[in-house]
Amino acid sequence: MKLYISEGNPHCIKALAVLELTGVKCDIEVISHEEKVVPHLSRPVSPVLLLPSGTHLFSPNSICQYLYDVSGQAATDATSQWLEWEATNLQPAVLQSLHMVALQGKRVEAAAVMKEPLNWLEQSLSKRSTAFLTAEVMSVADVVLWAALYPLLSDTSFEAGELVRCWFGRVDSLSACRAAAHRILQGNEALKTFLQKHTASLSPRRDAPANTDAEDECVMSVEEIEAAAQVWAEGLTARSAVIERKHPILPQEGKRNVLLTSALPYVNNVPHLGNIIGCVLSADVFARYGRLRGWNLLFVCGTDEYGTATENKAREEGLTPQEICDKYHTIHASIYQWFQIDFDFFGRTTTERQTEIAQDIFWRLHERGFLLEDTVEQLRCESCQRFLADRFVEGVCPHCHYPEARGDQCDKCGRLINAVELRNPQCKVCKETPVIRSSKHLFLDLPKLEGELEEWLDKSIGSGDWTANARHITRSWLRDGLKPRCITRDLRWGTPVPHQDFKDKVFYVWFDAPIGYLSITANYTDQWEKWWKNPQQVELYNFMAKDNVPFHSVVFPCSLLGAQDNYTLVNNLIATEYLNYEDTKFSKSRGVGVFGDMAKDTGIPSDVWRFYLLFLRPEAQDSAFSWADMAIKNNSELLNNLGNFINRAGMFVSKFFDGCVPEMLLNEDDKRLIAQVCWELKQYITLLDKARIRDALKCILNISRHGNQYMQANEPWKKIKGGDDDRQRAGTVTGVCVNVACLLSAVLEPYMPTVSHTIRAQLQAPPTCASAQLQGSGSFVCSLPAGHRIGTVSPLFQKLENEQIEALRKRFGGQQPEEECVGAKTQSSCSASVETKPGASQADLNTDPERVKHLTTLVAEQGDKVRALKAQKVEKSVIGEEVAKLIELKKQLCLAEGKSPAPAPPKGKKK
Amino acid sequence: MALRELSSLERFLGLKKPNKYSTQGGKKVPVLQNNNGPALIGLVTIASHLVHEAKRAELLGDSAEQRAVVQQWIEHRITRLDNCSKEEVKVILKELNQYLEDKVYLAGNIFTLADILMYYGIHHIVVELAILEKERYLNVTRWFDHIQHYPGIRHHLPPVVVLRNRVYPNGHH
Repeated sequence: MKLYISEGNPHCIKALAVLELTGVKCDIEVISHEEKVVPHLSRPVSPVLLLPSGTHLFSPNSICQYLYDVSGQAATDATSQWLEWEATNLQPAVLQSLHMVALQGKRVEAAAVMKEPLNWLEQSLSKRSTAFLTAEVMSVADVVLWAALYPLLSDTSFEAGELVRCWFGRVDSLSACRAAAHRILQGNEALKTFLQKHTASLSPRRDAPANTDAEDECVMSVEEIEAAAQVWAEGLTARSAVIERKHPILPQEGKRNVLLTSALPYVNNVPHLGNIIGCVLSADVFARYGRLRGWNLLFVCGTDEYGTATENKAREEGLTPQEICDKYHTIHASIYQWFQIDFDFFGRTTTERQTEIAQDIFWRLHERGFLLEDTVEQLRCESCQRFLADRFVEGVCPHCHYPEARGDQCDKCGRLINAVELRNPQCKVCKETPVIRSSKHLFLDLPKLEGELEEWLDKSIGSGDWTANARHITRSWLRDGLKPRCITRDLRWGTPVPHQDFKDKVFYVWFDAPIGYLSITANYTDQWEKWWKNPQQVELYNFMAKDNVPFHSVVFPCSLLGAQDNYTLVNNLIATEYLNYEDTKFSKSRGVGVFGDMAKDTGIPSDVWRFYLLFLRPEAQDSAFSWADMAIKNNSELLNNLGNFINRAGMFVSKFFDGCVPEMLLNEDDKRLIAQVCWELKQYITLLDKARIRDALKCILNISRHGNQYMQANEPWKKIKGGDDDRQRAGTVTGVCVNVACLLSAVLEPYMPTVSHTIRAQLQAPPTCASAQLQGSGSFVCSLPAGHRIGTVSPLFQKLENEQIEALRKRFGGQQPEEECVGAKTQSSCSASVETKPGASQADLNTDPERVKHLTTLVAEQGDKVRALKAQKVEKSVIGEEVAKLIELKKQLCLAEGKSPAPAPPKGKKK
Repeated sequence: MALRELSSLERFLGLKKPNKYSTQGGKKVPVLQNNNGPALIGLVTIASHLVHEAKRAELLGDSAEQRAVVQQWIEHRITRLDNCSKEEVKVILKELNQYLEDKVYLAGNIFTLADILMYYGIHHIVVELAILEKERYLNVTRWFDHIQHYPGIRHHLPPVVVLRNRVYPNGHH
């Protein structure tokens, strides 16, 4: 055992004294203040006790306690309480005080700092009759406290109570203590050196516990309440007009011109809930909010269609790439339509304008010397007449000799492979042996653009809203230094490279896809440049999931900066974390999770889906979709909180006041509620202005919570039966509530557009009420004045029952492929199969037993056929066709059974 | 905060009768009024007391060495982790990550009060970590996930999602 101490460090006094007092055998080594003994601590500390087992104790009190423990004196509640107090209360005060005395000579202030802990000690001593802190004999507590106080109280003029002085003297008189103190603090100089070096340990700590958001409640001043009541009384004014959307939307002088993009979804797959919340849904909420706020806003998106994955998919389904794109583009568009994503334009990347604009940017980069040429060795299949992209080739792993290693990685040993290193490489399509050919490629010279990029980033991040993850990811890319990035590919399905020397090549998707934003806008309006070459007037928002950040913050801006054509660059980059599915990942190939096309088959309304996804929005950390939680949120928040309040407010007007909003005479209670609602509204606006979409949703729920409490406290349903005063009161409360409901319809519009319109229709609210209340910093006004006639009120939400949710969870929670799969490789195509338990809870659905029977037979036959072909190792393309037929049959079978079709088969082997 | 922590600990220990606590001073130090003795003050003191009361002394460590290690980490939690500055958080996570490199629990191979209190104290920090950071402090994340799934521990705290596969294998992709 060994004790490391350093001179001048007052913490070492106690360890040394205890060692002497307990008589435990131990070596002592003196180290300097800079010496690090404990491997896992980043700063040098002492004292440290190295135990025979190799463990280091680095807390002075634990060292003392340990030495007492091994010599037979275990800790008690009383000793551990003193040790805890010493560590949390006394030590910080002592260090601060020592600092003042020894380094700054401020004796008065130093004494003041110690006043509170010394008083506490004095009081505690006064309550006991024993000589020491916990008993008649000395314990670890006495040594520890004495040692802590020694540097201050060894100066007899330092102010301290009488009992403290007596107790201190008793401990101090022991020779073991004296010796330890002298050994550590020889003269004042050693202590001074220590204190100077350890100013860091005095770094300010927050004294108050961290604010939990539950305590973020507003405290209203009288002035605020009066001001809110005054605004309320003004009602809707004439100047609030509804702005009609007129296409094409173009930037306007004197307006806030906002260009909003959502990451382009890749065309070859059906998007899952995580994709939807990550980009299009988040962007849609913000777009709807912006329009309500009166911004001149254009929201564009589209499908990203070029690349290997599309080519693969086309081969799988036996279609041309263009046909695949057409098919999936329609699927995407219809999913987003169901989710009520209100794009101004939803385009695609496979258009003439894309070629034009991408080639223009290419030439500009080329002319300005931002492109480099380099030769890359690649495998080429002579019989297919093409270069093989990494996943088009298989062979023997050069490291572990696994026979089915892919061109980029070996599945067995996991090592990364350069395709040309594969032994016995084979083209995946025709099984021929490819040859090595060198192929010339173009690289974007990112290092050359780095300086300009950093300058722009500083400005953009400094002035705009970038989510924390966007900033982090960008910074880490820059910190590691940028390398040239290849922008060309030996593929067919892409935007052709216009350069003579690269005529059989296309642009690599990462270069090409973001240009899609421009070309999609160009397909929307000929005057697209007014948006995209107008950084003076236009503010650009990009919404995406975080995996897309580097392309939007580093790579694409470099393309645009290098092209030097006054492009509009991103001002606000809003990235989400990931959404998981019931504690696992969404997986197409395992059939786990809810995909966009299935959401509508659940029977749960689009607005409820939107609500729950936005409630979960992975804003600062990952979140997970859970069916049970969805039911809880629907039933507690939507049904019992929001729906209940709005419905009751409306019902009271209909039932008690013949459908006419009653006269309102506000008292203090009413004004307080109005002020509270107004405060939440302002919060909502502050948060949404910064695209904190999930947090702002909480404000909406708070408004209706306040409303419910207010209604509950004032009981208009009882007062309506009372005398004139009570009836008057019931009228006021009902009137205020129905106006809160009207405000709720406004703030809900970005989140739940259908519900919002339903509320407004039920209340027959004036069309301007939403935009009027959301102007500026937000104002809650009486938009349904006395006498206003409302329409028919009906419930807004339905309860989600447990059985219903359980059934959904079973249906979507990782269905097992029912067929035996032929080898792991074909697993993906098999997973498209669905459970076909006959008769299982299908009775209530609209099914046709004859057709189901017929299709079941067909599916079985087709399945046999596919298996037979696979067993014969027939050419892949032939199998592919048959598999496609099988999938189609299964889909029809599903529909006939009244189930949602299983997901379309996933592409390739991507996990 | 500390009070909720103590009531979760009580439930974990299976103490039938919940204790009544109050707090003291601006730092809201928990106080336990005791019928047969003076009041106990401070999170560590009360927590250790509860462990004894539940006859689960092994949670404080089986040997003098383990007891010291347990006490050390609990002290670390209340002196360094609680209310520490943003910059300090990074240092603490880094150190803890290195410490946990070859350990299942804070006291080595046995689960102790140190794990419980450290988990309660570090929860608000881990909740805020981005995936990238969770991967940077992989050992902390692993330990944290382990403790949050330990039967009867989590109670008042929401679960933190920990991905099983790494998203950023080399720092970034």
